[in-house]
Amino acid sequence: MAIDSKEVLTTTAPVQRRNVLKGTAGILAAGVFPAVHSADPIVLRYLGTAVNQDKDIAEKFKSDTGGKIVIQYVAVTTDDVLKRAITSPNSFDLLDSEYFQLRNLVPTGNIKGIDTKRIKNADKITSVFTTGKVAGKTIGDQGTAPKKVIFLEGEKSKTFASSPTQYMSLIPTTYNADTLGIRPDLIKRPINSWAELLNPEFKGKASILNIPSIGIMDAAMVVEAMGIYKYPDKGNMTKKEIDLTIKTLIEAKKAGQFRSLWKDFNESVNLMASGEVVIQSMWSPAVTAVRTKGIACTFQPLKEGYRSWASGFGMPSTLTGAKLDGAYEFINWFLDGWAGAYLNRQGYYSAVLETAKSKMEAYEWAYWMEGKPATKDIKGPHGDLLAKAGETRDGGSYEQRMGAVACWNALMDENVYMVQKWNEFVAA
Amino acid sequence: MSSASLQSPSVSSLPSGRSLAAWWQALPLTLVFVLFFLVPLALVLMVSFWDFNQYELLPGFTFKSYIAIFEGCGGGGEMCTTFKTYLSTLKFSGLVWLITLLVGFAVSYFLAFCVRSSGVQTLLFVLCTIPFWTSNVIRMVSWVPLLGRNGLVNQALTGSGLVQQPVEWMLFSDFSVVLAFVHLYTMFMIVPIFNSMMRIDRSLIEAASDAGASAWQTLWNVIIPLCRTGIIIGSIFVITIVMGDFVTIGVMGGQQIASVGKIIQVQASYLQFPLAAANAIILLAIVLMIIWALTRLVDIRKEL
Repeated sequence: MAIDSKEVLTTTAPVQRRNVLKGTAGILAAGVFPAVHSADPIVLRYLGTAVNQDKDIAEKFKSDTGGKIVIQYVAVTTDDVLKRAITSPNSFDLLDSEYFQLRNLVPTGNIKGIDTKRIKNADKITSVFTTGKVAGKTIGDQGTAPKKVIFLEGEKSKTFASSPTQYMSLIPTTYNADTLGIRPDLIKRPINSWAELLNPEFKGKASILNIPSIGIMDAAMVVEAMGIYKYPDKGNMTKKEIDLTIKTLIEAKKAGQFRSLWKDFNESVNLMASGEVVIQSMWSPAVTAVRTKGIACTFQPLKEGYRSWASGFGMPSTLTGAKLDGAYEFINWFLDGWAGAYLNRQGYYSAVLETAKSKMEAYEWAYWMEGKPATKDIKGPHGDLLAKAGETRDGGSYEQRMGAVACWNALMDENVYMVQKWNEFVAA
Repeated sequence: MSSASLQSPSVSSLPSGRSLAAWWQALPLTLVFVLFFLVPLALVLMVSFWDFNQYELLPGFTFKSYIAIFEGCGGGGEMCTTFKTYLSTLKFSGLVWLITLLVGFAVSYFLAFCVRSSGVQTLLFVLCTIPFWTSNVIRMVSWVPLLGRNGLVNQALTGSGLVQQPVEWMLFSDFSVVLAFVHLYTMFMIVPIFNSMMRIDRSLIEAASDAGASAWQTLWNVIIPLCRTGIIIGSIFVITIVMGDFVTIGVMGGQQIASVGKIIQVQASYLQFPLAAANAIILLAIVLMIIWALTRLVDIRKEL
């Protein structure tokens, strides 16, 4: 609307203001826009987090489809994606949500099952999502593992299917295995366990992320690594288990373990780059961002394994007609390789590996996916240097990293209680 | 609603024709006020009595949210999270209020009484607003390279041999939170106090001095009483802003210091709207009580 009226005003700029107003009023009254707008492209409002909404992807898609479908990014935080998807399901045409959020989202009926018959590469989606296996080996499934929530009973189902069906709740886009980030130049010794996060050696130099649903998982990894308690399911704690986890965090906080907590991706980069913090929960692109500043930072593989996450495309149940077709076309394009290669080069993983491989150079694939030393300098999608020739990726190959996943981001049954206790930790 | 009722006594004494015009004039603001303030507030109050599950609000009438907020607050031993959080928020309000008042009053006094030329006065006043030309967040974040472990201050301190180890309490502490608040909000104190000072009849000060009053006596007995309105308005600004803030405390406190605003924000982002609404209502009640107490000290409407 705003753009349309602006165009009307600029094209008629030399005309007197009164006439313009009359003209605009006429257009509004008639309920039609000038002929130029009748060939409007399909606009898909894409709701998601800024980290996944890359300008290059939208532009490449637009040029690949001859400009008939336009992606319009609506960038909000992880928590707000869910909030908007639940409270105003008509404010977007395409949803980019995390799998753990589905447990709250699917029962509302706000998203529809995506028909896999219309997704060309549906059967090539990696087995991490469909069966929870990497190279034939079953990986950790504590928490909201995608295989538990990816299939729906039907297109309009509000419940998850226990075995594969024709309908998917989200078509996976990207996923990764998260661990602790460290400053090897300041720590100066090997780190190999989550327990090190609360090691008094790093008093006043540690940080944990202040997003309760993810922070509690990192904390649980630490509690288990310290040998305090072994959770039956870290992703779905009982009240007692929550109490124990938070108690451990509070004791550490009172002893001055944490320099700061972080909530925003950029905060974690600044804490690490400035040396305020030497060990903390971190995300892969944040580690990359610290490195591009020329500062040593390692996404440290740990013996207890990784905390993994995954996100994917969903469709609001009200989506119909040309927009629905447009959404399918975008998803098909997304799985077709270019976007996958783009994500892989950022250190994420793409959902359909073979199409992404075809769009990557052999040496890139060897570095990012096979864990081999780089034969040439590795550059990011924007041409910045990420690794010099000879370096290998932290954690190694896809099979090594995804194969060592211990748990997934989750939404617990006791979520309300968990958030309340988390607030107690922040206040302590 | 209430803005209309405030006007009614003065309006009713006027001739009816003019009274009607006055009502029409008050109507737009009243509508905006009702639509964008009273209605949302009533909704917040209503939702605070609702129930909720993981993904939806369940209309009803329950005190569950309020009870949940004060859970564990009755017993002895350690203070509950809610009380601790409110206490910490009140502590910041008090400290920031006191410091901004002293600094703001001193700056205003200098501008109003020590600078003679009105041109210089305007220039200096505009100078005070320069920090406001950048965004709030940038002003906060820029403290980090200054106060951090490897920041400028610590480099200077260790470089000059005053300390051996970098000083750590300057960042992500109560100190840095108060510092950022004072930096951000002193202007809100300066403007109203400066405004009241400029309206003081200079002959009153001459009279005081003629009557043999010392500078301190003039300040205490003439200037401060006449600045009361400005002080109270400035105080209301500062206290209400600090009570509701969560961004400054979050960034400068390293997310480790609780604030009521932060708790509300976390609850709202986890779709626990009734809990957030109940907290908002409690916070509102406390802030209203503070403002009520402040306005007992000065009748702002009369003094303006």
